[in-house]
Amino acid sequence: MKSVIKGNSAVAHGVRLARAQVIAAYPITPQTSIIEDLASFVAQGQLRATFVKVESEHSALAACIGAASAGARVFTATSAQGLALMHELIHWAAGARLPIVLADVNRAMAPGWSIWTDQNDTLSQRDTGWMQVYCASSQEVLDSVVQAYKVSEKVLLPTMIVLDAFFLSHTHEVVDIPEQELVDRFLPPLDLPLKLDIQRPGAFGNLVFPDRYMEFRYKIELAHREALEVWRQVDEEWGRLTGRSYGLVDSYKVEDADTVLLTAGTPASTARVAVDRLREEGLAVGVVRLRVFRPFPGADLARVLAGRRRVVVLDRNCSYGHHGIFHQETKSALYDLPERRRPQLVGVIAGLGGRDITAGDIAAILRKASHGELAPVSWWNVLQPEEELEAAVACK
Amino acid sequence: MRELRIHGRGGQGAVIASEILAEAAFLAGHYVQAFPSFGSERRGAPVAAFFRMDDKPILVRSEIYEPDGVVVLDESLVTLGLANVTQGLREGGFVLLNSGKKPEDFAFLGPFTVATVDASRIAVDHRLGTLTAPIVNTAILGALAALTGWVSLEHLEEAIRHHVPVKPEENVAAARMAFHRVNVLEAARAGR
Repeated sequence: MKSVIKGNSAVAHGVRLARAQVIAAYPITPQTSIIEDLASFVAQGQLRATFVKVESEHSALAACIGAASAGARVFTATSAQGLALMHELIHWAAGARLPIVLADVNRAMAPGWSIWTDQNDTLSQRDTGWMQVYCASSQEVLDSVVQAYKVSEKVLLPTMIVLDAFFLSHTHEVVDIPEQELVDRFLPPLDLPLKLDIQRPGAFGNLVFPDRYMEFRYKIELAHREALEVWRQVDEEWGRLTGRSYGLVDSYKVEDADTVLLTAGTPASTARVAVDRLREEGLAVGVVRLRVFRPFPGADLARVLAGRRRVVVLDRNCSYGHHGIFHQETKSALYDLPERRRPQLVGVIAGLGGRDITAGDIAAILRKASHGELAPVSWWNVLQPEEELEAAVACK
Repeated sequence: MRELRIHGRGGQGAVIASEILAEAAFLAGHYVQAFPSFGSERRGAPVAAFFRMDDKPILVRSEIYEPDGVVVLDESLVTLGLANVTQGLREGGFVLLNSGKKPEDFAFLGPFTVATVDASRIAVDHRLGTLTAPIVNTAILGALAALTGWVSLEHLEEAIRHHVPVKPEENVAAARMAFHRVNVLEAARAGR
């Protein structure tokens, strides 16, 4: 049934439809209304789940790890400092191979204190073994939550569903909420092969000596490799049921493009408007959206981008001392292309701390790039330190 | 695409107004977006909410800088200069104010269609909120429907019933009354 709901509600409906059994979370803006909606579903009997109120995000994920270890389908949600506080257990969840689904509403890290969007909170968890999916619409948010349970439970890895603060979390739009019966057909009840079971006593999370630790880690890597194909299949299966699928990378007007913008999250949606505008001006531009970031679909990216003249990677994040994270990762994906097929790559950092990225910004970036006027790496729409000082003085 | 900005004070229901409007437009088969100003709201402080509608899926996901119209839930935002309500407003766009004054009294706002409706009075008459803090958002939406034709009164009434948990019929009646009581000064005559 189609409804007008916000991105956070789309998460909650996805979790409800997936029949999560244990939810543990701690409130933090801009995530809070996800768990408020879920608490309401549980209170009204629309979702048969145990809602565990905890005193911190660290405890929230600990509760999820405990419940998942006992074989329950679990969910938690957080943002920014909350995700950072979970960090120790983020590693634990992946290492223990628990199919936990977590929604993170991208929020910039403090200080300076911010409640607005950027991707550094989730990208700081890149190397923990979690899968990560970056969404560009509330519909995709709901669909991805349901898909994530199926993929996670197949490959035994946790998934982080990522949505932009406010541009998705608090924006109401039309979302088709699937029927329970449809989701039940897609997603069977969880039956973990190994779990805490008093009939079959076992030990979990033990000391592992150097003769075995590496093998455990290697299996995480193998699971990620398998997960690329599983995401593809699960997304296609969802597409057959609902008519909606997204791919690992999502491209728009790229086939004949000279210059391509690559980004993740909602700017990729706005970029389509900019691309249409520039196409009317006669510029051959397109956009590629990186949806599944871990496992990394490097081969898909290379295939889509091979032969393009130029790729501009727009990062709403920064690895300080180096550059945008998607920029680095895209570069690594393209390195193995033969030189004549390898696009020139430029990186732009924009929109940190929720600074708006408009269609006008993206059109200007693409126009500059098309004319070869963008530096290899740059920050968009940012004051230089001396200008910032002047602006501060002018304010007084 | 239609774009609207709603100015109000925290607690007046600007955000809920944008959500009800989105629901009404959705009922007519439009694609919609409704979102609050992305900040921390405080009761009584100036706030804004936004609304987009289109006949095709809305891909733009950024804030609204050049609205087709603005709605002002509290005229003191204008008279006290607390919000620049016409900022970015397209020429020939509209300003709809909750005010007991005539639209001519706001002609100074510029070359825009100016409309007024005494939504506070209507709200109080329908026992919505209190005399000092009337809930005006449903009434002003009735006036907006009459002014713009973006949504029908029927769809608006349905959206109000769906959205408003308390006194839904009083809210519907307030919207209906405001629909018939909006005073309009067309753009051509405004600004003189």
